Amino acid sequence: MTTRNRVLILLTALAVLAAVATASVLHAADRAARKDRPQAGGPAVAAGTVALTPASGERKLAFRNMAWGPHRDELATVPATTPGGKRTASGVKCLRFYAAGGTGICLQAVRGAVQDTYRAVVLDAGLHELRHYALAGIPTRARVSPDGRMVAWTVFVSGDSYAGTNFSTRTSILDTRTWRLQPNLESFHILKQGRTHHASDTNFWGVTFADDTHFYATLATGGSTHLVRGDTVTHTVRTLRTNVECPSLSPAGDRLVFKKRVQGRSPDAPWRLYVLDLRTMRETPLAETRSVDDQVVWQADGRTVVYALPGDYGADLWTVPADGTGHARRLMTAALAPAYVG
Amino acid sequence: MYVADSRGTPEAEARSATRPGPRSRAAAIAPTVLALGTVSLITDVSSEMVTAVLPLYLVTGLGLTPLGFGLLDGVYNGFSALVRLVGGHLADRGSGRHKTVAAVGYGLSAVCKPALLAVHSLPLIGAVLAADRTGKGLRTAPRDALISLSTAPEARGRAFGVHRAMDTTGALLGPLAAFLILRQAAEGYDAVFTVSFCVAAVGVLVLLLFVPGRGLAPAAPPRDGGAAPVPSLRAALALLSRRDVRRLTTCALLLGLATVSDAFIYLLLQHRLGVPDRWFALLPLGTAATFLALAVPLGRLADRLGRWRVFLGGHLALLAAYGLLLAHGPVYAVLVLHGAFYAATDGVLMAAASGAVPAELRASGLAIVQTGQAAARFAASIAFGAAWTAWGDRTALITAAVALAVCAATAAGLRPEATA
Repeated sequence: MTTRNRVLILLTALAVLAAVATASVLHAADRAARKDRPQAGGPAVAAGTVALTPASGERKLAFRNMAWGPHRDELATVPATTPGGKRTASGVKCLRFYAAGGTGICLQAVRGAVQDTYRAVVLDAGLHELRHYALAGIPTRARVSPDGRMVAWTVFVSGDSYAGTNFSTRTSILDTRTWRLQPNLESFHILKQGRTHHASDTNFWGVTFADDTHFYATLATGGSTHLVRGDTVTHTVRTLRTNVECPSLSPAGDRLVFKKRVQGRSPDAPWRLYVLDLRTMRETPLAETRSVDDQVVWQADGRTVVYALPGDYGADLWTVPADGTGHARRLMTAALAPAYVG
Repeated sequence: MYVADSRGTPEAEARSATRPGPRSRAAAIAPTVLALGTVSLITDVSSEMVTAVLPLYLVTGLGLTPLGFGLLDGVYNGFSALVRLVGGHLADRGSGRHKTVAAVGYGLSAVCKPALLAVHSLPLIGAVLAADRTGKGLRTAPRDALISLSTAPEARGRAFGVHRAMDTTGALLGPLAAFLILRQAAEGYDAVFTVSFCVAAVGVLVLLLFVPGRGLAPAAPPRDGGAAPVPSLRAALALLSRRDVRRLTTCALLLGLATVSDAFIYLLLQHRLGVPDRWFALLPLGTAATFLALAVPLGRLADRLGRWRVFLGGHLALLAAYGLLLAHGPVYAVLVLHGAFYAATDGVLMAAASGAVPAELRASGLAIVQTGQAAARFAASIAFGAAWTAWGDRTALITAAVALAVCAATAAGLRPEATA
């Protein structure tokens, strides 16, 4: 084959492949643009004032609005008693969100020149930014202590660009009174079954606060997950039991709902929600039989929990009794990262 | 073609040292090397596009929790090492096979990209990634053999340096391309995979059109051994009975055993030197940028001073990086030393091995050396992780540094290129 022919073949192929590549990008761009337009039959959303301690004293459910339209991904609220009602959008975009005691934590994406980055923004009750912190990876969990002083978040990190599939987590705890940040729980002293444990493969995620000093979280090391109880003053964590992920402490502080890895399930969806009684250490499966990959949120009465499952617009919120009875039912569509405020 | 010089003789080194200035040497890069460099550049753009968006795709696109996914990495790496040996062996069987095996390898990786569009569960995504790595394993040895066979022995260090620099350029451009696509189309992971496939297809096409298939493999028997070794598995293994090959492999293995893997280096940078979270993802870029900048100069240096010295020097750079990690030195210096380590060892080892292996068994020989090194590095990373768990990161790092010093001293004593 002559050089001329080779070049001709290459140029022809380049033209065809460039056309395919361009078409695929345009198609994806068009699809992305559609999500910015409201969907017929979708939940009603209007811009408005959102506060983490509503003036009327009425309890509200705050969440990330996933409904298509101009307010997609914004932090929004509905009255806690009518979750299907009209949504009030705040204008603040969050990937993950939580609030308690008048403090909000919003994990959001920041557009950059050569790559998108993420940051954690601490919000006051009027959703004004107090401080923000750069994040090392993709946000996954966020929590605030009941009185609003302590904040925790977890991100996914994939550090080595050549490994590609090797993930780890990073969990940080922030004191909003002193603004002291503990950037990585992995630097805490770990007592595993009473003995000091250090390893390069430790990962923490899913903090839930008991008070401003004590918290529960998941520690993964050596291929298994552990429930740990931690102390933000002494910087220690102790393992309590295995196979507990994303614990969420009840308002009374006596029970944890968590996701448990169950044998014989698909590796994509291996979890079931369980409740653990911290006095008897007895665990009971909840009535939700689907695999839930979320850190649940308790309703104020301590009887039911709320969590997200995949839905038509990314995620829907579901609710189920926290004692193993009853059945799961959909609370609202197109929503993620719930928090009861006010 | 260059069989007569395939032993990396001192004459060859001497000739290169007395050659005229850089201008005439610059003109001497073989078109095949440039073509293979282009193929690698394009292919790396394609594969790093996918690598860059994969975490985001799994977490936000598919809603999967990918923790523990990395556990299978070891299995894939072991399998990939085996595939590399097979690729090397197949490539040596018959003239023109190098290109065929390399094309199959590049092709396999290319078709894995659209396959990612079709699978949505972790096990299947893992299988596609494994197939992608199989393609990479298959093509590596024949490609490196092609580079060495198309270059005069005294210029191989530079040729491999040029190839590695082009390869790394692609790796740096890939994530940028992926970012630009996601900027045009939010959550357009399917577009990233489709474009990645198109780019990979161009790479395969450049290989098929511009890399010669025949005429590179030797037609004449080597002078030193009488009859040419027939490329069989036995002959490939018999390479290890050659003093040069055995010593080189032993040294690569020894030094590999004391090499702390990239992931651990970045973890140590964060643990010990307190690299802020927002910079963490950029650490591999520091290594890659240094590798890119130094690959050609260190390759040329290897041609002049002897590959072995530069290879050993690269490990001393790594030892210095360990030292800085222990002494809380500056982060950029650790990354520069880490990149210099790659620039002084990756292509240079292949240049050194090319000189020790006859042309008929070039791909098998290179595969054996690479696999030995990769296996040793894998064992080292398991041992380092265990040492970290048992003693903490500081003691583990001190142990690794002592081991590296001992291995380097031993390797220096063995001197595979004794005459260089």
